[in-house]
Amino acid sequence: MSALRRSTPLAVTGKYLALAFYVGFALFPLYWLAKIAITPDKLIYTEGTALFPSKVTFENFETVLVATDFLAYFKNSLIVSLGTAAITTCFAAAAGYAFSRFDFRGKRLVIALMLITQMFPLLMIIAPIYKIVAAIGLLNSLTSLIIVYTAFNIPFATFLMQSFFDGIPKDLEEAGMIDGCTRFEALRKIIMPLTLPGLGATLGFVFTAAWSELLFALMLINSNDTMTFPVGLLTFVSKFSVDWGQMMAAGVLALVPSCLFFIFIQRYLVQGLTSGAVKG
Amino acid sequence: MARIQLNNIAKSYGSVEVMRDINLTIEDGEFIVLVGPSGCGKSTLLRMIAGLEPISGGDFTVDGKRMNEVPPRDRDMAMVFQSYALYPHMDVARNMGFSLEIRKAPNEERTSKVALAAQTLGLTKLTERLPKQLSGGQRQRVAMGRAIVRDPSAFLFDEPLSNLDAALRVEMRLEIARLHQRLKATMIYVTHDQVEALTLADRIVVLNAGDIQQVGTPLELYDRPANKFVAQFIGSPTMNILEIEPGEGGIRLKNGAALSVGLPDGQKRASELGVRPEHLNIVAPDAAHLSGTAELVEHLGSDTNIHAHVPGIGQVLVREHGHFPLKTGEPVGIAVDLAKTHLFDPDGRRLAA
Amino acid sequence: MTAIDTAAPGNSRARPSFYFRYMVEPYLYIAPALILIALVMLVPLVIGISYAFQAVNLLRPFETGWVGFENFQALWSDRKFWLALTNTFWWTIGSIFFQFFLGLGLALLLNTQFYGKRIVQALVFLPWAVPTFLSALTWAWLFNPTIGPLPHWLAALGILSEPFNILGDPNLAMWGPVTANVWFGIPFFAITLLAALQSIPGELYEAAEIDGATAWQTFTKITLPFLAPMIAITVMLRTIWIANFADLIFVMTGGGPANSTQILSTYIFTTAFRKLEFGYASAIAVALLALLLLYAVILLVLRKKLVKI
Repeated sequence: MSALRRSTPLAVTGKYLALAFYVGFALFPLYWLAKIAITPDKLIYTEGTALFPSKVTFENFETVLVATDFLAYFKNSLIVSLGTAAITTCFAAAAGYAFSRFDFRGKRLVIALMLITQMFPLLMIIAPIYKIVAAIGLLNSLTSLIIVYTAFNIPFATFLMQSFFDGIPKDLEEAGMIDGCTRFEALRKIIMPLTLPGLGATLGFVFTAAWSELLFALMLINSNDTMTFPVGLLTFVSKFSVDWGQMMAAGVLALVPSCLFFIFIQRYLVQGLTSGAVKG
Repeated sequence: MARIQLNNIAKSYGSVEVMRDINLTIEDGEFIVLVGPSGCGKSTLLRMIAGLEPISGGDFTVDGKRMNEVPPRDRDMAMVFQSYALYPHMDVARNMGFSLEIRKAPNEERTSKVALAAQTLGLTKLTERLPKQLSGGQRQRVAMGRAIVRDPSAFLFDEPLSNLDAALRVEMRLEIARLHQRLKATMIYVTHDQVEALTLADRIVVLNAGDIQQVGTPLELYDRPANKFVAQFIGSPTMNILEIEPGEGGIRLKNGAALSVGLPDGQKRASELGVRPEHLNIVAPDAAHLSGTAELVEHLGSDTNIHAHVPGIGQVLVREHGHFPLKTGEPVGIAVDLAKTHLFDPDGRRLAA
Repeated sequence: MTAIDTAAPGNSRARPSFYFRYMVEPYLYIAPALILIALVMLVPLVIGISYAFQAVNLLRPFETGWVGFENFQALWSDRKFWLALTNTFWWTIGSIFFQFFLGLGLALLLNTQFYGKRIVQALVFLPWAVPTFLSALTWAWLFNPTIGPLPHWLAALGILSEPFNILGDPNLAMWGPVTANVWFGIPFFAITLLAALQSIPGELYEAAEIDGATAWQTFTKITLPFLAPMIAITVMLRTIWIANFADLIFVMTGGGPANSTQILSTYIFTTAFRKLEFGYASAIAVALLALLLLYAVILLVLRKKLVKI
């Protein structure tokens, strides 16, 4: 905050200009998406590059929701993303807790393994996974996607959860254990309520990641019934390659869940990465 | 109620042994203080008693039952943490009653016990607050309340007062002393503050580097410290230690001055003399054992500390009662109360007179 | 004594030894995560590496078998591979450069006080939440002169001679995915660097101020050294991640036109996905993995030499 004390009017103006640039850069593409979606078909070409449409319509949204498979994709993606987020968060919370509270033989090895999974090209395993999934007959099933996404997201989610647990004093669960809890009871009754922001952040993070995954979904799913959003939308694009308004409307709808989640969690995400910021 | 025994307790982390052969018997209803510098193992020992830290070797028994492998919740001990460890998401009443909640005690029992403890500690009006809405002293009380409600067989305190300011610390010390008198429960108290140790303890256990240095009542430690470490750790300000060698009819100090301190028979091994500042007096030069100049005079009101420089010996601290009119730089003569000196051998062990 | 502790402590019910539980408990907590990672990632990784030495093609199931280094020999003389490698290099450098500096700038801004900070922070981080396929589509649309304003603006600024779609121009196409990637990646750097900035103790800045340091001196002598470890780790992880990141390019250009945006990871994906040549795809992946490992080792060595904390 010392920077503020020293700042001149010029510096303040510069700062706000810079912020305006960032906000503009971040929002403009999203604005454009929404703008085309609400522009009537007739005006798309004539007003294709105007900043505001002269007329507004919600027809595109209606068409997308009623006349296409959009809702089915949406439902599939919701199942996959929620399932992945829930399972990942449970597993990652348990593993993160172990990393934070225990010293055990092989801990460094496990951490190293998890780091490695963050380093190698995931595409490297796309072929083996396809063959394995095909061999056990899980192609075109949402279950296989949930399992695969869960594994992909566990390492980062574990590190995130660990940093949240690190921020909660060890004394608290020791006090709980002395008060008569087993370690698991102490975890459930004392630590978990305090980690709610952390659990929320992890849940949201994983949800967003699962919501947007494309390549594995493309590889493992090719039946229209089980397509997730990204895959569905992509086929959609090639099917209706001229109907810009509808595509944009579908895009806007796809954005809503992940953006809602993200706005809610981004504060905790910064908090979770700041060491020891979550004091009980 | 509990009689706690530690027999040859050892603690190691991996292959590093930090504690071995700890032997201690704590009588039922006794107030024991574990004291020592930071890193001496006192907290580790307490945590082993609580069950929070595995015991690597030896036997830990309560009323004759071996408890080494019993998890904390079944040890029937309450603990007050240095950080208080209050559950941030529970109000004061629920914090205090949490142990009963876990044990599924009936609601009425819980409410009445919590109310009683709250009343004892003056927390009645605060029972619905969250820990973050309390002051440091109040949190400390809640932490104690949580222990009292349990009615445990032993209380464990891990530096409970070190996060409080000086005035509150004195107040809470009295509170703990009163609590012990009222409950007559076994209490084990860890601190690095020797004043707390001396005022609270029935017996003090002095630890250093994972070893018990001495176990005794406060006065025993003060009057007959087993070794130089205890001598210097107990008592404030710290005991003066002067290098000596045995001489004609007593000992000789490094500057050549002779003192007629009775050496234990045949023991010529005495190498150091310990004398507490309160056992030195400022006297006229002709009656003095030592003479030097006052380098720094601290007027504390009740006492005056005189840091004197004695040529050939070095710094000597003298404590006079009340206000002593002396200025920095004045020459001083120092008399030693010969009956209250301690002799140490080259290994730091006290030589019995 | 109360009713609670009438059960004799310690032997109330049979239970495994305290030590046994102490030893086993952590493994119970990590087991689900570890088993899943091992089964879904590590085992396929090993299989994937082994594929690189086999001919695995779902379209020609009878020609499967060990082929030694044949895939790698093919790779060596594959012109597309070398082109993709060059493209990967530019794609990664371009993306990371802009992402990092713009992200650092944003983190520094967000670490000061200003009006409406909470809402601004939520908004500028938003691109990260946008599903990547959708970012890709959105940017592809923005670059399309029919419905997007960007070509017209670029033409008005004199950067383009006329409003055409740069994604269709082999010389310029790479700028499209890079722009999208920068847009998408700034929040990542801003979030991690902001977290690092917030863990720098405030007293350090006060001390520097009392010592009479200028804003620039404070930045270079205090902020940067404190950020350095975080910068090193995030840049490293991010470089690897971007080099592996195929979604944006796959959706925006599919590697075209004329392979001008084909990077190794899209090449891996199209080889596996379109041609179903898993063996060859794995060989490319192994090559990419080796390059990334080499890069990580170099960076770690440099970091050890440069970063003092």
